[in-house]
Amino acid sequence: MNQIRVLEPGAQTSVQDLGRFGWAHFGVSASGAADPLALRAGNLLVGNAENAAALEMTLVGGAFEFENDAVVALTGSDFGADLPLWAPMEVKAGGIVRCGATRSGARCYLCVRGGLAVPRAMGSASTHLATGVGGRALRAGDRLAIGEAAVRRPRAPAGPPPFSRNAALRVTRGPQAEWFGDELYRGAWTVAEESNRIGLRLRGEPIPSPAGHMLTEGVALGAVQVPPDGQPIVLFVEHQTTGGYPKPANVVSADFWRLGQLRPRDRTAFESVTIEQALALLRETEEWLYAL
Amino acid sequence: MRIGAASDRSLLVSFGDEISPQATRAVWRMTAALAGARGIVNLHPAFASVLVEFDPRFHSHHEIESLIRDRIEEAPEDEPAASRLVEIPVHYGGARGPDLEDVARYHSLPPRRVIELHSSVEYEVAFVGFATCFPYLAGLPAELATPRLAAPRKHVAAGSVAIASSQAGIYPLASPGGWRIIGRTPLRLFDPAGEPPPLVRMGDRVRFVPIGEGGR
Repeated sequence: MNQIRVLEPGAQTSVQDLGRFGWAHFGVSASGAADPLALRAGNLLVGNAENAAALEMTLVGGAFEFENDAVVALTGSDFGADLPLWAPMEVKAGGIVRCGATRSGARCYLCVRGGLAVPRAMGSASTHLATGVGGRALRAGDRLAIGEAAVRRPRAPAGPPPFSRNAALRVTRGPQAEWFGDELYRGAWTVAEESNRIGLRLRGEPIPSPAGHMLTEGVALGAVQVPPDGQPIVLFVEHQTTGGYPKPANVVSADFWRLGQLRPRDRTAFESVTIEQALALLRETEEWLYAL
Repeated sequence: MRIGAASDRSLLVSFGDEISPQATRAVWRMTAALAGARGIVNLHPAFASVLVEFDPRFHSHHEIESLIRDRIEEAPEDEPAASRLVEIPVHYGGARGPDLEDVARYHSLPPRRVIELHSSVEYEVAFVGFATCFPYLAGLPAELATPRLAAPRKHVAAGSVAIASSQAGIYPLASPGGWRIIGRTPLRLFDPAGEPPPLVRMGDRVRFVPIGEGGR
């Protein structure tokens, strides 16, 4: 079998695709790539279906040995590998792709032509680290089989996406927006160390707790919820499916990838947009992707 | 019924701001009506609302709102067909139910009476959510309504049987949690390596059965 061997796993490396949909009514959130734009671009560059399973590395990347000749693409943030980013590259049999600590954002993806053939859980190859659905983070010595997700020839090398990683997070109004003033939009927020794939915890000038009382309700990916301490939490790919904290805003779909690139101690801010503007932003990212 | 955008890829369908049998039935009906509908990627039912997620590249909010209204109009009024009774064996108290004594003290009842009350009724699974297959059970006897812990525990064991205000629930997986733990079931509510549906589903009835030293 054509395999990749994990020599060094890195800080937190897991197999991800675009997520596990259709199980939220059982309390199972989608999971999937934290930076879906990078995963999709990487897959398109190596000629895969865009939902093929690949490796997601976080803050510190790993080292991976290829048993046979392979075509790979590194996308997302620069983890100091000896390969250009955003380009399909050949790796010879016995070759090693070695990544180190990030030089930019939080996540880097290693996509392999053919995709990773791992057992699917509930229809998806993605790892839900918090619950163990779909497996666990990689360890040294793990072997991953390369699959048959290639659907066309590799693409020409691309540049990085023309969208800034550090721009403010665009948000639409959340279900309890009328309970809040403009405090969310006033200052800068710092990403706390304890942030993870469940949620990004932000630190800043506390937002006054709203007076309203609410029932637990369904929560969407990117929901900005404000617990009583006034420090917002942005619900991320492994978020709970229901929650009882009020939500002034929700990050737009076009900026989900930015959430995946925020590191602990990064500063960020929020910018309010309409649903129509959010959809126009989404079209821009989709157009860039399909021009690859 | 109120429908509004919750994000650029979801609508929140709301049936009021109170927990009631009517709202619960409306949520079940809506969830059943939308299950498997083309264009919908996820449904998040809760006490009195359903969050409906879709892919905004293929559908507008307006289209999905129309779909929701059409589906609910066509949905049968009657109860969901498969209301199953699930019996949950529970070891009450001791290390498996560290808050049993406190709950008893809070209500000035002997622990044995708390166990009797908790296992005397049939609960309804209002919905399943939070973090992986957590069943929210309606029907806790009013005598047992107990506030949450002031500070959540960092670690609650899988299978912990818990109460909080007027709700009852079971933790399917080990997680942090602020509910009062009065016992633990040896049943596995959710197996990460398996496939849902989980053991306990929306619309089921649940009865707790005391086992071991805390029981018969």
